[in-house]
Amino acid sequence: MQGAGNREAFMAEAKHHDEPTLHEEHIVSPTVYLLIGGTLLVFTALTVGASLIDLPGDLNAVVALAIACIKMTLVVLFFMHVKYSSKLTKLTVGAGFLTFCVLIMMTMTDYISRAWGRW
Amino acid sequence: MDSHTVAAQTAEAAHSEHEHPAFLKHHFESVEQQRESATFGMWLFLLTEIMFFGGLFCAYLIFRNWYYPAFVAGSHSLHLWAGTLNTTLLIISSFTMAMAVHAAETRVRKALMGWMIATIVLGSGFLCVKAYEWHDEWVEHHVPGLNFSPAGFLHGTKDYPDDKLSLDMAEKTQVYFSLYFAMTGMHALHMVIGVSLLAILLFQAYGGKYVEGHVAPIENFGLYWHFVDIVWIFLFPLLYLISRHQ
Repeated sequence: MQGAGNREAFMAEAKHHDEPTLHEEHIVSPTVYLLIGGTLLVFTALTVGASLIDLPGDLNAVVALAIACIKMTLVVLFFMHVKYSSKLTKLTVGAGFLTFCVLIMMTMTDYISRAWGRW
Repeated sequence: MDSHTVAAQTAEAAHSEHEHPAFLKHHFESVEQQRESATFGMWLFLLTEIMFFGGLFCAYLIFRNWYYPAFVAGSHSLHLWAGTLNTTLLIISSFTMAMAVHAAETRVRKALMGWMIATIVLGSGFLCVKAYEWHDEWVEHHVPGLNFSPAGFLHGTKDYPDDKLSLDMAEKTQVYFSLYFAMTGMHALHMVIGVSLLAILLFQAYGGKYVEGHVAPIENFGLYWHFVDIVWIFLFPLLYLISRHQ
């Protein structure tokens, strides 16, 4: 019976470890929040500054949207704790973002190819 | 022994069998598992929100390409200072909300309430600036369907004397303003809902909730608040910035 008892204990432990949603919570320090908040404000100043300069071609739009993407990444990773989250959360966010990109790409591809050659 | 007594005894036995905090539901093994499940569900909800706002962004991109001069002139009529101020307010409010989550995690009730109040104040400040802008657009006759007039886009403005659109294209600024009001309006609705939820959470925190290990509601509200911030992070350049020099 000794063996069976050990096995049960082992199974219980294994179940605990295999639990896909079990994840040690990580408390993010205020220093990180302060640093990220400050960086976001700096990027806001940068994007407004860049919009006041007349950049060649479509560069104004490219710069503004690139800065917005950087800001979004910082918010998602640190304020929304994704950097410190479980694989389940990371996969959910990643899959959602990918699906969103696919939808936008397909819509845009359809749009620009509707009148192909008739511009 | 009738079945009711048995049921009551079983429930009682279940409670005495494993001591657990009152907020831990029976179908979860641990507080961490419950919290993780709630986070998972919250992210699924936020993904539907991304698709919703994404549709509006997509429409904006296509129509901007379509009626380009109208979108540029429409964008010129917005106040850059108001957009910048609102972006700053929202980013600081995201920081204070992150600090509120930290206060709940470290179980400091006064800090939790303080950061929540700061977030409410900053969020309300954002809405006030937005209301001022909307009022300004009403005064300028830029509201499609209610009081729109293309007159302001025909002869150039003080800041942009070259904004002289044909009457046909000046009418098309309505497409810009329709999307502008739809996007900023839906965003502001999310802010109003956010501030209201935060007021309820604050009231509950005042009663001693969320500083006893039950962090999930505060954390998931934080996710919602940061998501609304991200929407604005993209609305700001698209509506205010990218057409400044076109």
